[in-house]
Amino acid sequence: MLKAVARAGALMTLVGAGSTVARAADKPQIDTGDTAWLLVATALVLMMNIPGLSLFYAGMVRKKNVLATAVQAFAVAALVTVMWFMVGYSLAFTDGGALNGVIGSLSRAFGAGLQGSVHELAKTVPENVFLMYQATFAVITPAIIAGAFAERMKFSAMLWFMALWLLFVYVPVAHWVWGGGFLGTAGVLDFAGGLVVHLNAGIAGLVCCIVIGKRHGYGTEYMAPHNLVLTLVGTSLLWVGWFGFNAGSALSSGELAGNAMLNTHISAAVAALVWMAIEWVSRGKPSVLGILSGAVAGLGTITPAAGYVEPWAALLIGASAGAVCYWASVVLKTRLGYDDSLDVFGVHGVGGILGSILVGVFATRAINDVAKGQPIGLVDGNAGQILTQLYGVAVVGAFCAVATWVILKIVDAVVGLRVTRDEEVEGLDTALHGERVQ
Amino acid sequence: MKLVSAIIKPFKLDEVRDALTGVGVSGLTVSEVKGFGRQKGQTEIYRGAEYLVSFLPKVKVEIVVDDAQVERAIEAIQKAAHTGKIGDGKIFVTAVEQAVRIRTGESGSNAL
Repeated sequence: MLKAVARAGALMTLVGAGSTVARAADKPQIDTGDTAWLLVATALVLMMNIPGLSLFYAGMVRKKNVLATAVQAFAVAALVTVMWFMVGYSLAFTDGGALNGVIGSLSRAFGAGLQGSVHELAKTVPENVFLMYQATFAVITPAIIAGAFAERMKFSAMLWFMALWLLFVYVPVAHWVWGGGFLGTAGVLDFAGGLVVHLNAGIAGLVCCIVIGKRHGYGTEYMAPHNLVLTLVGTSLLWVGWFGFNAGSALSSGELAGNAMLNTHISAAVAALVWMAIEWVSRGKPSVLGILSGAVAGLGTITPAAGYVEPWAALLIGASAGAVCYWASVVLKTRLGYDDSLDVFGVHGVGGILGSILVGVFATRAINDVAKGQPIGLVDGNAGQILTQLYGVAVVGAFCAVATWVILKIVDAVVGLRVTRDEEVEGLDTALHGERVQ
Repeated sequence: MKLVSAIIKPFKLDEVRDALTGVGVSGLTVSEVKGFGRQKGQTEIYRGAEYLVSFLPKVKVEIVVDDAQVERAIEAIQKAAHTGKIGDGKIFVTAVEQAVRIRTGESGSNAL
């Protein structure tokens, strides 16, 4: 309401000013409410990564690897932030001219031209805030992958892999879906990162754990999580931080952001209950790790849909997330025999795929009129959106799998991916960092 | 003198301590230990990964007492640590040749 009044006022000023209309119209209209929310959302998403993801993962590994695991998300935050400022943001979110279908330009490299500017996706927010907000997404996506190869990768190899993966996988995929590239143009919908973040990190995680191989003693030795309280605290920070992730992706402060937040909360809650119930019935006990895993699955799965679907649909999306991600993490992984240490593929990858497809079913113009009055998802009468979403899933999934494989092979040839068997048995904390928890 | 070592359930430690002081035992040593007996182990499941934990946490209580006190001490531990369920633990008794109190140099029963 206030915003409408402010805009009407601005319009009257423009009309009254006459000859200065053109220049005044060029000047971005910064909305303080939108800007304030994006500033807060940026902090929330960084909090998801450090300490959220860091603790979530640290609690699930063995005690001898807790520091080495916790520091990965932290080190990635530092590394990716610098790369994002230097070239990442520019390549992902600027117009690449003739190459715009696949990649952006270097016009915003090293923060060039940010002052006084807005990005066209968030016209009421200073572009430096938009850059920061997107930086936190670029940080958390590679950090999620680290859960798949936990307890066995060299720290040096991890840094090289993350840097290359950011540049050659995250940046182009973000451009394709959000930055004006060919997937966004084709009508693929991804509100907050079902494709760009979760499917992308999940597929990369699956390729990583297959290429790097199983942990020594996997399937025979005791590898239970050493402290699920850390994981509970981490999951809770993820849940709260996810409001910044999904509601922030409205890139404005208003009803759309509120809808995304409501959907996010509902999906997390339902998925936690569904995972818990399945485990309770099939295994006899509702495990702490199960309830936490369900919540993360619900959060990841609603991510692409949060700002497109009605809250009743979030209930169904969350329920399906709890069931399908449980199946992927518990049944599928055991059957196929890969060692995805912390279930990056089972929770994030499968959740991202599921949510991205369900966008095609439940997206509606009643919530977010992105097609300018035309029907969006199946509930609006447009079954074709499901195919469009499947196209997005297939393209991102295939590209990510191949590119991740190539990057791993290069890093393996140059520095070697894996610690020695002795180092792995000793524990990465002392072997890689010369420190340990008591 | 006899050394009485009792492997008991951890949550029974306070009751055992009270029972022993009740029969005049003036000191004891406690260690956290792991092991298995007839209870074998228990199964833990993490996202479908099942682990049979074969060494369960127990507490070992050690006391050295005069020969005359041994039966009362054993009875006190046995009563206090008893739940009737498998895994209650065991009591072992061994002979002790000598005891010395470091502070005073007293030896034998006087050192206990």
